[in-house]
Amino acid sequence: MSRFSKDWYLVWGLRACAFVAGAITLLIAIFIVAESLPALRHVGVARFFTDSSWQPNEYADRGTFNLVPMLAGTLFIMTGSVALATPFGIAAALFCRYYAPSAIARIYRRFLELLAGIPSVVFGFWGLVVVVPIINQIHPPGQSVLAAILILGLMILPTIALMADAALANVPADYHRAAASLGLSQWATIRGVILPSAKSGLFTGVILQSGRAIGETLAVLMVAGNIPKIPTSLFEPARTLTANIALEMAYALGDHRSGLFVTGLLLFIIIVSLVACAEWISKGRIYG
Amino acid sequence: MANHRLCLTSNWQDRVAAGILWIMAALVMAVFIWLILSIVRNGLASLSWEFLTAKPSNQGRSGGIGPILVSTSLILLVCMGVSLPIGLGSAILLAEFTPASQWYGRLVRRSLDVLAGIPSIVFGLFGTVFFCQVLGMGYSILAGGLTLACMVLPILIRTSEEGLNSVPQEYRLAAASLGISRTSSLIHLLLPAAIPGLLVGFILGLGRAIAETAALLFTSGYVDRMPESLLDSGRSLTVHIYDLAMNVSGGNQNAYGSALVLLLLLLIINGSASWVANRFRQSRIIQA
Repeated sequence: MSRFSKDWYLVWGLRACAFVAGAITLLIAIFIVAESLPALRHVGVARFFTDSSWQPNEYADRGTFNLVPMLAGTLFIMTGSVALATPFGIAAALFCRYYAPSAIARIYRRFLELLAGIPSVVFGFWGLVVVVPIINQIHPPGQSVLAAILILGLMILPTIALMADAALANVPADYHRAAASLGLSQWATIRGVILPSAKSGLFTGVILQSGRAIGETLAVLMVAGNIPKIPTSLFEPARTLTANIALEMAYALGDHRSGLFVTGLLLFIIIVSLVACAEWISKGRIYG
Repeated sequence: MANHRLCLTSNWQDRVAAGILWIMAALVMAVFIWLILSIVRNGLASLSWEFLTAKPSNQGRSGGIGPILVSTSLILLVCMGVSLPIGLGSAILLAEFTPASQWYGRLVRRSLDVLAGIPSIVFGLFGTVFFCQVLGMGYSILAGGLTLACMVLPILIRTSEEGLNSVPQEYRLAAASLGISRTSSLIHLLLPAAIPGLLVGFILGLGRAIAETAALLFTSGYVDRMPESLLDSGRSLTVHIYDLAMNVSGGNQNAYGSALVLLLLLLIINGSASWVANRFRQSRIIQA
């Protein structure tokens, strides 16, 4: 009898652990919403999109709270970096799996794993001291959308490559043999058979990394220039939603602070929809 | 992973595609080698025993990173000390005690999927409200460590679950047929067998935590003195690099040094993770 009660304690202890782990998501959502409420009430949802600019104030009626420039900055930089990193990431994965001699492929893959772990602040620092001065010579001021796209693209590239590599590894070997028996050339096999059948895996990887690009703070903050204005060219500075929070949180009060939580809420909503999207796509995979 | 040539025929398209892939893969590596070399070359100039142990002076422009390394380790200690039991408990529950279809397990998993995607700056917002204000910890190492603990939970749970799932099913059946309680079979059989997998999860979580900046900016704070207790504010290595690069003119040299230290720490962490994983693959037997 006693051993059953021992199991009983164990199971309930474990359930408590899992409850804590699961409840964190809920807690985060509750606290972000609760802290956003004052601004949402005093400023109103509409003004976050229609105000003339972002010049927040402790009191809602003395400031302007337009988040659209930051939303635009986030979307530009995210789109650019994903558009840059995806072809290179998939190329690196194809290289690893089908073109490189196996010794090189192994080293290349190990190296990608290492690079995927480099902290964002190191990317940001390198961008600031190396990439920004170079861009500054081409077109001042250097701290720009372009710099952010380059640095962020570099940052998500290793993970896109690794996820693409995993997706390619999942393509059944029968497909390769069938293509070979039809006499297809290597590139025709990759283009006509491998890539289409790994499509959902590749998409999932890219979407998850878009989420990471949207959520990245430091690397972007350090090189993007952070002017809250919609950028009109690649060489203009821009500010992202994440940078908006990181830059102003230290001194914000009242409705201004609450407005920053609204920024966080917006990020939260974007990310949750992306995760749902990725899950939906990965359900539709054609192979096991 | 074996490298498979897909077929033997080739034409000009093939050769062009192969050439482009080689060039793209080489380009990717070249940029990363540039990044790492520039950090290593510039960082080596400051790296010394003195630098690792001395106090930072003149806002970090000169002096070393002694107190910052202490704060960083304390933050990591709090983070792993809290997330490890909760994460392990949840992983055991999900892997051993919950059928995949059960509502509780499904709910926890879904919530962890979302948690894994939340941007670190949003964790920072949550931490500053929940730990610093609601729980009254203020800007402290404790608050920073707890915020990071929430952040690393998903990766910790996922890898630990994989570790447990890789223990052969026969062990569980054999234990059950001997009438051993599930608690004892867990403690004496499953956990020892799963230790390498759990260790990899631990190391990956540690790597994620040490690389984080945004979540710490307004939870553990900026203070660069030697911390006297967990309730003191303490600056992590990543925050130190950020601060030197962005807010302190002339701080680049020490930022390079700190970035090199951070990269070396990550190299050690990653290296030990893959070493453990390899040993695990070579000898998947238990000595319990």
